[in-house]
Amino acid sequence: MILGHLTPRPGQSDPNTLSRRGFLQAGAAAGGGLMLSLSWPFADGEADAAAAGAFAPNAFIRIEGDGQIVLTMPYVEMGQGDYTAIPMLIAEELEVGLDQVRLEHAPPNEKLYGNPLIAGVQATGGSTAIPAAWEPMRRAGATARAMLMSAAASRWNVDPESCRANGGEVLHAPTGRRLKYGELAADAASMPVPASVVLKRSEAFNLIGTPAKRLDSPVKVNGSAVYGIDARPPGVKIATLAQSPVFGGRVKNVDDTAAKAVNGVRQIVRLDDAVAVVADHMGAAKKGLAALTIEWDQGPHAQLTTDEIARGLEKATLNPGPVAQNIGNVEKAMANAATRVEAIYQVPFLAHATMEPMNCTVDVRQDSCEVWVGSQVLARAQAAAAKVTGLPLEKVVVHNHLIGGGFGRRLEVDGVARAVEIAKHVEGPVKVVWTREEDIQHDMYRPYFFDRMSAGLDEKGMPVAWSHRFAGSSILARFLPRAFKHGLDPDTTDGAIDLAYALPNMRVEYLRVEPPGIPTAFWRSVGPSHNVFVTESFIDELAAAAKQDAVAYRRALLDKSPRAKAVLELAAEKAGWGQPLPERAGRGVSVQFVFGTNMAQVAEVEVSKDGAVRVRRVVCAVDCGVVVNPDIVRAQVEGAVIFGITAALYGEITLKDGRVEQANFDTYQMLRISEAPAIEVHIVQSSEPPGGMGEPGTSAIVPAVANAIFAATGKRLRKMPVDASALKQPA
Amino acid sequence: MALTIKVNGQNHSVDVDGDTPLLWVLRDVLGMTGTKFGCGMALCGACTVHIDGVATRSCVTPVDSVGESQITTIEAIGATKAGAKIQKAWLDNEVVQCGYCQSGQIMSASALLASNPHPTDSDIDDAMFGNICRCGTYVRIREAIKKAAQSAGQEG
Ligand code: FES
Ligand code: FES
Repeated sequence: MILGHLTPRPGQSDPNTLSRRGFLQAGAAAGGGLMLSLSWPFADGEADAAAAGAFAPNAFIRIEGDGQIVLTMPYVEMGQGDYTAIPMLIAEELEVGLDQVRLEHAPPNEKLYGNPLIAGVQATGGSTAIPAAWEPMRRAGATARAMLMSAAASRWNVDPESCRANGGEVLHAPTGRRLKYGELAADAASMPVPASVVLKRSEAFNLIGTPAKRLDSPVKVNGSAVYGIDARPPGVKIATLAQSPVFGGRVKNVDDTAAKAVNGVRQIVRLDDAVAVVADHMGAAKKGLAALTIEWDQGPHAQLTTDEIARGLEKATLNPGPVAQNIGNVEKAMANAATRVEAIYQVPFLAHATMEPMNCTVDVRQDSCEVWVGSQVLARAQAAAAKVTGLPLEKVVVHNHLIGGGFGRRLEVDGVARAVEIAKHVEGPVKVVWTREEDIQHDMYRPYFFDRMSAGLDEKGMPVAWSHRFAGSSILARFLPRAFKHGLDPDTTDGAIDLAYALPNMRVEYLRVEPPGIPTAFWRSVGPSHNVFVTESFIDELAAAAKQDAVAYRRALLDKSPRAKAVLELAAEKAGWGQPLPERAGRGVSVQFVFGTNMAQVAEVEVSKDGAVRVRRVVCAVDCGVVVNPDIVRAQVEGAVIFGITAALYGEITLKDGRVEQANFDTYQMLRISEAPAIEVHIVQSSEPPGGMGEPGTSAIVPAVANAIFAATGKRLRKMPVDASALKQPA
Repeated sequence: MALTIKVNGQNHSVDVDGDTPLLWVLRDVLGMTGTKFGCGMALCGACTVHIDGVATRSCVTPVDSVGESQITTIEAIGATKAGAKIQKAWLDNEVVQCGYCQSGQIMSASALLASNPHPTDSDIDDAMFGNICRCGTYVRIREAIKKAAQSAGQEG
């Protein structure tokens, strides 16, 4: 398997060779093999078509003359296991072992590799890869298998029904004849594409549902995996940079005398709003950067603080906003309610802090440009480079790489544009590597949100009215403007609307307020990262107001959502819900249906006398439909839980004088191994279509922890991250 | 300034300032990219190498401080007994996600196992505390270290 960077093959990325109608097309591969392409031209009306969910994402299967099966991966690998789970889908239907499949990174080409669940953008995000790939990838594999079998049958002059595929061969049982796929590939290429194929029934799966070994592990334990930051085109120089510490500021003056004198420094590149030091190695580049004296023109945001932003959001929520969901009559129900509960919630800006800091390698030549990067949006990376250089798209070659953590950060191409701006001034290739400080202080952040909640309860304490109004940035309005309609976008409200609970009267309003100068972006578990914390904390408040058990209260509202109810019951049972715990220890629960997946979590915490919170154990029950690889599902929950606890306990980006106050892992802390809880994952067997698994674990854990802290201390935390000083035990 | 360092049993002569962190000499000068950059301040462990068998953050280790000592990196850790066991346990337990932190994790874990064949949970905490994994593979890291220790024990 090749996991290094690869140059796209000529012809492979040429959309003109593909059907304009979409679906499967077959052809001869270079060198006499079978090439199957699944294509969908996204050029026109893509959003509507995508919304209808009526078609396939794009893939290439190539079966070469030597029998090698090559899959061009439209989704990227950033740890979530796509480079294993997606080949499993194809291998299952092709009747080959996973070890017979080799992967190539897809080149940038939105028409070929657009993600139908993200409106045709060539993107890996939003926990969509498996849901998007589930049906078309199996169909592609089954079609290839059918064509190989027809090729064999016609060679032997027998009925295709009497043939069987197994282990990369077609067998004719009655005569014992067999032919390898490689021997059949060229013939198969000229067979008609069957109009329909029968997919394997789940009972017949050999691979799907098994904990098959990850294909990307071996190269990741011996240092040979190649990430974007490891790209080393011949003669590459290394650059690092300082961008305006205040967002929107400009370079006023640079004194680079001392920097130029540093051994190994080659060049100082001054841009409008950044300065880069180009050197033989990063050590010299960093030393050069430290030796620069830069004077900044700070621009309009030099006074900005987080408080000011929060006040702006708070003010916005005093007025009604566009209605994202309205059920029944909230005013009337509220007026007739026996009790009312009101609360204000807030969540902070968050940085991604991917383990691999931002980086991008670029070679700008007279009439072409080459880019080496790890990106979740390859076609956008290409477009960004084309824009900065002024070159046509086809003159920009982008090599994708393994990604050392995405979490949404690499859905943005600011780092690519920046690297190209620098590279335009440099002779030969240059690798631009951000220091961790630069990475944290010039991230694009999970937005700050301010939420007003109110509910009306009947005499029994059950909710009869639910009102949720919140303000904050809309990422989608910038990322995919056509998805932002009537002041609303489906991401920002995800997890706030269409709750699993039966609420007879409910209204959700969203006010888009963009923080001045602070760039915002998707962050693992996106809309639900904020909304599920708010809704699952608030429902916990209602249970407490009704003096009812938090699990029983939720259960009573889940009759219309049997799958959500089942995971809630399972998590509660496995966690020993209701069993006694020592003083200042407690359990908290959350349940959600987001990313097409039902999940419940029970967190067990203990709070020390001085307010320090330790999460000891997390029990997660999940029903994500059909499970492709249960071990990867487990790993995704474990990782997402740690990611969410990190946010709950430590995650906060604050601004003072227009500057981000956090800079490195000392001030923007990560959970460490000594703080990691035991995590149990219980998977519900299901034959429903698969839901996403990369993100739900993160949105579910934050309210579970907050609710557990309430159970342990009686303190309701309505603002993240956890404020330990508020949890001190009174003397 | 020309210096000679010993990496994975081989001598390399490099011409950099003596205060250049070893990390950049490995990655950018010698092209050994298995050792990773995460923070540059000894806060994350991604850059961990062994210097005479001791887990060391190469991002804060000036290259001229290494002297005659033996540097071992992820590229060669599989040749050591503890390193091979750790790598195998990592694969058996499917520890890896994005993998970016794992070179450092494996270097810290193999130094631990080499010096302490039967680490307790708190030994593991102490040895691995400095290695951040943003993908959150900690639960499996702990299990894998224990498994590697067991296999070490079985061989006596
Ligand atoms: S890069 Fe050396 S400890 Fe983080
Ligand atoms: S595996 Fe991604 S940071 Fe550890």
